[in-house]
Amino acid sequence: MTQPFLKVEALAKRYPGPAGKPANTVFENIHFGIAKGEFACIVGHSGCGKTTILNVLAGLDEASEGVVIMDGREVRGPSLDRGVVFQGHALLPWLSTLKNVEFGVRSRWPQWTPKQIEAHSIRYLEMVGLGHALHKKPAELSGGMKQRVGIARAFAIQPKMLLLDEPFGALDALTRGTIQDELLAIVQATHQTVFMITHDVDEAILLADKVLLMSNGPHARIAEIVDITMPRDRSRATIHHDPQYYRIRNHLVDFLVNRSRDYAAGEPAAAAHDPRNPPLVRPGLEGGAEVLPLSAGTAAAVSLLKPLSSASA
Amino acid sequence: MKSARPWLAPLLSALFLALLVGVWYLATYQPAAEATVDSEYAALVGQAASTGAKSAMPTPGEVGAKLWEHLSDPFYDRGTNDKGIGIQLLYSIGRVLLGFGLAALVAIPLGFVIGMSPLIYKALDPFIQVLKPVSPLAWMPLALYTIKDSGISAIFVIFICSLWPMLVNTAFGVAGVRRDWLNVARTLEVSRLRTAFQVILPAAAPTIMTGMRISIGIAWLVIVAAEMLVGGTGIGYFVWNEWNNLSIANIISAILFIGLIGMALDTLLARLARAVTYRE
Repeated sequence: MTQPFLKVEALAKRYPGPAGKPANTVFENIHFGIAKGEFACIVGHSGCGKTTILNVLAGLDEASEGVVIMDGREVRGPSLDRGVVFQGHALLPWLSTLKNVEFGVRSRWPQWTPKQIEAHSIRYLEMVGLGHALHKKPAELSGGMKQRVGIARAFAIQPKMLLLDEPFGALDALTRGTIQDELLAIVQATHQTVFMITHDVDEAILLADKVLLMSNGPHARIAEIVDITMPRDRSRATIHHDPQYYRIRNHLVDFLVNRSRDYAAGEPAAAAHDPRNPPLVRPGLEGGAEVLPLSAGTAAAVSLLKPLSSASA
Repeated sequence: MKSARPWLAPLLSALFLALLVGVWYLATYQPAAEATVDSEYAALVGQAASTGAKSAMPTPGEVGAKLWEHLSDPFYDRGTNDKGIGIQLLYSIGRVLLGFGLAALVAIPLGFVIGMSPLIYKALDPFIQVLKPVSPLAWMPLALYTIKDSGISAIFVIFICSLWPMLVNTAFGVAGVRRDWLNVARTLEVSRLRTAFQVILPAAAPTIMTGMRISIGIAWLVIVAAEMLVGGTGIGYFVWNEWNNLSIANIISAILFIGLIGMALDTLLARLARAVTYRE
C-alpha cells in the first residue's frame, strides 16, 4: 500500500498537571492520513484540540508525542510547503493588500525581480476577486475581503498543502457562502491538498472529501472518518437536493449532539473503538434515510443535474 | 459631539486670553507716583526704584514691548551674559536633540532586545525599575565629576532622562506584537532579520513613537533646570540670569518661548507618530 501524502501517527498533546497529579491530556492516539489532492475537514466541539492539531501540522506548535510526515519528510517547524489561513486573517495592517501577498511571495522566490513578484501576487488577488483593491489597507476592507486576502496569500506561495483554521468563522452567512463557492472553485481547479477546521457541518459537506470527527476532550481522539460520497462537482445552490446530503448531514449532527462524548475512558463506545483505525463510514450511501420528498419539478431538475447521485439513492 | 461652529472654540480662547491680560493689567496698574527722592538719585537707580512704590512685576505692556524686542533681534551676541534669546533657545534645542538622539540610539535597539527575550527582560528589569524613578538632575554631580565638562554633563542628563520612556515603550511594544503576525512570518519562512524590520518594527512603531514623544517632553522640561545648574548658555541659564537681574519681563518672555518650543517639539513627534500609526 502506498503511503498517504500526509501521515499523522500517534499524535498527543499533554500539558503538565499540578504537582503530583497526572498530566492533562488534550488529545492522544491521533492517527490519520490525507491523500494528495484530498480535502479533509476536521469537526469537533471546542476544546478537543483541533487548532492544536492544525498548529502542529503547520509547525507552529509541538506535539507531546507522535509524528507528522508530509511527502516523506517529518514536519519540524514551519515551512513554505504548508500555507496557513488563520482564523483572524492575520494580515499585516500597515501593508496594502498587494504588499501583504507580496510579503510571502518574496520569501518563497527570493531570486525573483520585484516585477515578477508583483505580477504573481496580482494574479492570485484577481483569482479571489480582489483585483480592484490592490492598494487598500486591511482596515479599509470588509471581513470577507480580508479573509480573501489571507486565502490569496496562502495560495500564492503554491504550498504543497493548505491549512485553514476556521477561515470563515467570523463572517456573516451570506459572505461565507460566497467565499465557500470561491474556495471550492479554486480547490477544484488546482487540486490543492487541504486540511480545514470548521464548526459548520454544511461547510464541511460542501467542501470536503472526508470529514474527521473528533470526540470531546480531554483525551479526544478521531472517532470516525466520514467519507463524503457525493460527486465532486458540488455547488452550494444544488447540494441540498442531493439525497445523500441529508443522510450525511444527519450523521454528522447526530455525532456532534449525541455521540461525541461517548468516547471518554470507560464508556462502551471507547472500549470497542480502535483509535489507530477509526471506522470509515459512508452514511451517504446507506439506504432508507429520512430524505424529505421534493416537489416533482425540483426532483426532475435534480435528477437531470445529478444522475449519479439519484442512481445511488 | 462635533461642533457646528468651528470658530467658537478659538473665539473663547481669545476671550480667555483677553480676560487674563485684563486681570494682569489691573493687578499691576499703578498711577504714576511722584518722585520722592532726589532727582539725581532717581536718574541713577531708575524711575521705578526711586519711587519705592513700583513693583518689579511688569505690566502686560512692558512684557509685550520686551517680547517685541526679543523677536525683532533674537540672534545678537554681545558677550557671555548678553546673548539674544534665539541663540539661547538654539543652544537648548541643540542639547536636547543631541541627548535625545543618543538616547534613542541606545534605547530602541536595547528595547528591541529586551522585548524579544523574556530572559534579558527579567535580568534587566530590576536595574530599569530602580534607575527609572531617579530624578535626572541627581546624575548631574556624578556627570560633572566624571566628565569634567559642564556642557557635556547637561547633554548626559538629557540622555539619561530620555532613555527610560523610550526603552520601556520599545520593549513593551516589541513584546506585545500580535502572535498571529509573528506566526505569519514563521509559516512564510521569513528570516529573523526581515521579521524584525518588516513585522516587529512596524507593528511596534506606534508604541515606540509614544515613548519618544514622552521622552522629548521630559527632556525639554529637564534642560531648563540642567542649564540653571551648569550655566554658560541656554534658555535655562537665561532665565536664571534674568532672575539675578530681577527682570521679570524677560523671565515671562522666556517662559512663553519655552512653552512654544515645547509645543513645537511635541507636534513634530505627534506628526511622525501619525505617519507610522496603522488602523487594525
